[in-house]
Amino acid sequence: MSVKTKTISEKEGPHAALPRTAHVRSGRPVHVPAGTTRVVAALLRKELLVELRTLESVPGMSLFAVTTFVVFHFALNQSSVSGDEAAGILWVTLLFAAMLGVNRLFVADEDQGGFDAFLLAPVDRSAMLLAKALALLAYLLVLELVAVPAFGLLLLGPSLGQALPDLLVVLVLADVGIAVIGTLVAALAVRTRARDLLGPLLALPLLVPVVIGGARATSPLFGLNHADSPPARWLLTLGLYDLVFGLIAYAVFDFLLED
Amino acid sequence: MADRGVSTIVSGPIAADTESIEGEPALRLEGLARHYGEREALSDVSLSLSAGQTLVVFGPNGAGKTTLLRVLATLLRPHAGGVRVLGKSLPDEAWAVRGRIGLLGHEPLLYRELSARENLRFHARLHGVGEERVEELLGAVNMENRAKEPLRTLSRGMVQRVAIARAVLHDPELLLLDEPRANLDPAASELVEPLIGAASRRTRVISSHDPSGGLSEADLVLGLRDGRPALLREAADVDPGEIAELYR
Repeated sequence: MSVKTKTISEKEGPHAALPRTAHVRSGRPVHVPAGTTRVVAALLRKELLVELRTLESVPGMSLFAVTTFVVFHFALNQSSVSGDEAAGILWVTLLFAAMLGVNRLFVADEDQGGFDAFLLAPVDRSAMLLAKALALLAYLLVLELVAVPAFGLLLLGPSLGQALPDLLVVLVLADVGIAVIGTLVAALAVRTRARDLLGPLLALPLLVPVVIGGARATSPLFGLNHADSPPARWLLTLGLYDLVFGLIAYAVFDFLLED
Repeated sequence: MADRGVSTIVSGPIAADTESIEGEPALRLEGLARHYGEREALSDVSLSLSAGQTLVVFGPNGAGKTTLLRVLATLLRPHAGGVRVLGKSLPDEAWAVRGRIGLLGHEPLLYRELSARENLRFHARLHGVGEERVEELLGAVNMENRAKEPLRTLSRGMVQRVAIARAVLHDPELLLLDEPRANLDPAASELVEPLIGAASRRTRVISSHDPSGGLSEADLVLGLRDGRPALLREAADVDPGEIAELYR
């Protein structure tokens, strides 16, 4: 029996830098250890394929957001909203719509053995965090592609067009935070019996700063004079929050997957 | 049955082992215990299995067979005792044996919305295996013609064949097989024999309810009852009646 040894060099640590012994049998080629980038790409591709086939998350999230705007439209008894009020409605709606995606994020993996299959592979566990966060980020961007124009049409008084470039920056910054925190919480909740309840219960308090930052940064964009840009300190707050939770998620994600 | 080496049969503390060709048994358990809350799923399991040999585990439902396989697969932590798999100690060195183990459990570990080919390609990427191996295995389990169809549209036997291809995709040294021929018709069972049967020449741990079929494959037999070893002996010395007794 011939034995060859290959080392994964992409990331240090027990989960990645495996002094892996590839077992050669019947003249078959030795495996090439899967680098983290390749694994993230494979996981993300799988994630998007499954969503494309099942349409379990994004359509529900988008429909929820549009329906909520319609409800607000009638409940507020106003023809339009602006400023703080508009920003608050937009962010609270986006947050609750995002929770639908967060709750579904790991369900297929838990129910169909994807977790076990992933844990059996000699790959960096953080690859799943990154792939899931990227998938959730993609879902949020598609959600906003539907929800923001609907919001502009149904509720927003000032024109959306002028606010759009700055709004995009705020949306992306907040989405990164929602994606990271949502992935972390979803991984924690999915293995519990009360996953549908636990997900939002854990995520919403952690996401309050994102909503505050998003709403404060968006509010000037929805002012009647269109003149203001988003305050830098709120953009910075969102960026820092993303960074802090990104690091926390990276540090603890392995433990959430293990027994 | 493997023709090299003889498993050391152990009850109680682990004894001196017949060493595998690489100097250490493929499996070495010493007082392994695992519990779920208050319930003991495994208790005081000790044995040693040489490389290339087959351990067949018998026992009624809930006896701890699946838990044993999941501990060996590094998916569950042992709560007490020593576990060495392929020369590495679990759970501390679990990372070093992942990728060298193939697990075929009750669940196929495949995504229902993806096709057989998409599923296998996904697993191939996780294990750093080339796509030609996927095609080779689709052929080996006779699934080329249905390889594009979502798994949810396939019969359970077909899904089991794809699951077997998935389990051996990365050419693992150790195969953990939980009732591997469940849902397979005789022809399919014969088809997968080179992949998971004795001909594969891998070290195997098989959970089975079939005394005659299981015994014919075994080098070593472990009978579990309520998580405890009730029978641990070389297969040649085991009477099928003793296995039937486990289920009474």
